[in-house]
Amino acid sequence: MSLTPVHLQFIAIGGLWTIGLSAIAFIGGSIIGFALALARISPSPLVRRLAAGYIQIVQGTPLLVTLFLFYFGLAVIGLDRLPAIVAAGFGLVVYSSAFLAEIWRGCLESVPKTQWEAAECLALTRWQRMTRVILPQAMRIATAPTVGFLVQIVKNTSLASVVGFVELAQAGKLVNNTIFEPFTVFIVVAAFYFVICYPLSAWSRSLERKLNVGRR
Amino acid sequence: MSAVVSLSNVHKSFGAVQVLRGVSFEVGPGEVVAVIGASGSGKSTALRCINALETVDSGEITVCGHKVHDPALDRRALRRDVGIVFQSYNLFPHLTVAQNIMLAPTCVKDMGKAEARKLAESVLARVGLSEKADNYPEQLSGGQQQRVAIARSLAMQPKLMLFDEVTSALDPQLTGEVLRVMEDLARGGMSMILVTHEMAFARKVASKVIFMHQGKVWETGPGAMLDDPQTQELREFLHNGL
Amino acid sequence: MSYQFDFSALLPYWPVFLQGVWLTLKLSALATVFGFVVGTLCAIARADGPPWLKTVVAIYVETIRNTPLLVQIFLVYFGFASLGLKVTANTAAVAALVVNVGAYTCEIVRAGLESIHKSQLEAAECLGLTRTQTYWHVIVRPAIERVYPALTSQYVLLMLASSITSQISAEELTAVANRIQSDTFRSFETYIVTGALYIVLSFVVRAAFTLFGLVIFPRRRKLGTAI
Repeated sequence: MSLTPVHLQFIAIGGLWTIGLSAIAFIGGSIIGFALALARISPSPLVRRLAAGYIQIVQGTPLLVTLFLFYFGLAVIGLDRLPAIVAAGFGLVVYSSAFLAEIWRGCLESVPKTQWEAAECLALTRWQRMTRVILPQAMRIATAPTVGFLVQIVKNTSLASVVGFVELAQAGKLVNNTIFEPFTVFIVVAAFYFVICYPLSAWSRSLERKLNVGRR
Repeated sequence: MSAVVSLSNVHKSFGAVQVLRGVSFEVGPGEVVAVIGASGSGKSTALRCINALETVDSGEITVCGHKVHDPALDRRALRRDVGIVFQSYNLFPHLTVAQNIMLAPTCVKDMGKAEARKLAESVLARVGLSEKADNYPEQLSGGQQQRVAIARSLAMQPKLMLFDEVTSALDPQLTGEVLRVMEDLARGGMSMILVTHEMAFARKVASKVIFMHQGKVWETGPGAMLDDPQTQELREFLHNGL
Repeated sequence: MSYQFDFSALLPYWPVFLQGVWLTLKLSALATVFGFVVGTLCAIARADGPPWLKTVVAIYVETIRNTPLLVQIFLVYFGFASLGLKVTANTAAVAALVVNVGAYTCEIVRAGLESIHKSQLEAAECLGLTRTQTYWHVIVRPAIERVYPALTSQYVLLMLASSITSQISAEELTAVANRIQSDTFRSFETYIVTGALYIVLSFVVRAAFTLFGLVIFPRRRKLGTAI
């Protein structure tokens, strides 16, 4: 048997779920990641250390294992009837939060110290310094690597297939189970991923170039 | 004796800009030639043409018997005979001082490591930096780095040394130590061409001074020429520059 | 919420876990070595190769960086089969990881090569070094020293990502964990232990790279600064 339009449509729908899951991971990961980034530069050593600990644990565990942990962990607390997207969503949010936190911490720290001092000398509060002076500058630096990480998120949603969530990769596996043309099927799946990821990569690169030109 | 370097009617353009417009001069054995002139006068370009870092558009350059204008020039053979020191030192940051010096003798002359090390130590002694052999470039001052760069060139036992504004990036107090090394070299009979802004040094050490202006050799003479300029342009240059 | 944690059921399996750790280390070490070679050659080709080769490398790098490792693993695994080649899951796993990490290495090393200033080449040229000698001594070596921290991070990520090869039943830590949890039915505990082992592994691998860096880059050892 060969690939039919019905199969292609099935894979395309998987592609939409990939985008949806990526959005969940990015939005959830951004909220937690932003809080973590702030915690990483907090004046309190305890807060800094806790945030660093969380980030190290998450970054030291393969996403695949994180997903298994959420999948079986939710069952452990009696939530075993939840759809697969819940475990996948939680796992990817946690994963994204740790990496985004580190990216953004780097951007916050790359704003020169003199900017903090200047803001402090103007008698701004810590919150005002952050929102009025530091964040606007850090965000400019952060856009390119953030968009770049979005590519990582999209690619890593493929691992949600291991907990049975039907996104692109899982859709490919299911189609392959009926027609057994693995090479063709996964080339098609890879092409779908490429179509989603490449524009993001290109965008990230052009953002980076613009930033570098602006700095010179 | 025949000249170590001879340029005759050399032309060179970068795009629409004519940088050299018929440059001719000669450097005899043991001669120290100082090339002076405003920026944009073509003096650095002339030096780079002598070492085949730039190719000439027309004219002839002969250096230690190598026909530099010839497209079939053996560049590596030329560079065995010619050492060059740059304004920005260009030491290799990942190698120690000794390794910087040993690199070319081991690569180009297939010298053994032990022999190259001995050679490095002897050229370092000549520039007064024996104790810095195992330091990395960034641990040295600018003046010391520039002396290492000179030692690195000397290790290839060149017949001609080129110096391209080697003290321009240095503080005045570091300039002296580099100039002293160059003066020693000149006394030792090395043929040298130096592009420089150090008029006092040119007057004292150079056997010939060449003043370049608008891509041409405008005035030439012994060091004393700087006290008695013949052309209006040299007078203005000396007046503004000093 | 009345779940009773029971790690004791996993106790008899500790040699199996250790075996898994060893297999993961072996798998990622192989992939790192070959991936480094492939990536460095690609970076050199992309920086100084003929135009057609530059294009080929660019396509390779972009394709790999914009598709998931999981799909690459499937493609390599089934690709061998469709070529009529019989290879073990482990060989396919190493091949896929090499293809993957080679592309990332290429980008990192290329950034290093581009960071070497042109004046360094000129200096080497004026000392009479050949093109190859200049390339090796003055460009590639300092470039790799400069990007070594980025390479280290990439290879730690590779070690973690090697867990994905469990999906084609390659022998490594996650595959071992999958087997243990289906034997013991203590899934949650099994993956907690597995996660902890990976965290330890990532520390160990990072430390190993740091030590190795001190051995091969004497400048780093002596000055303790980045080039």
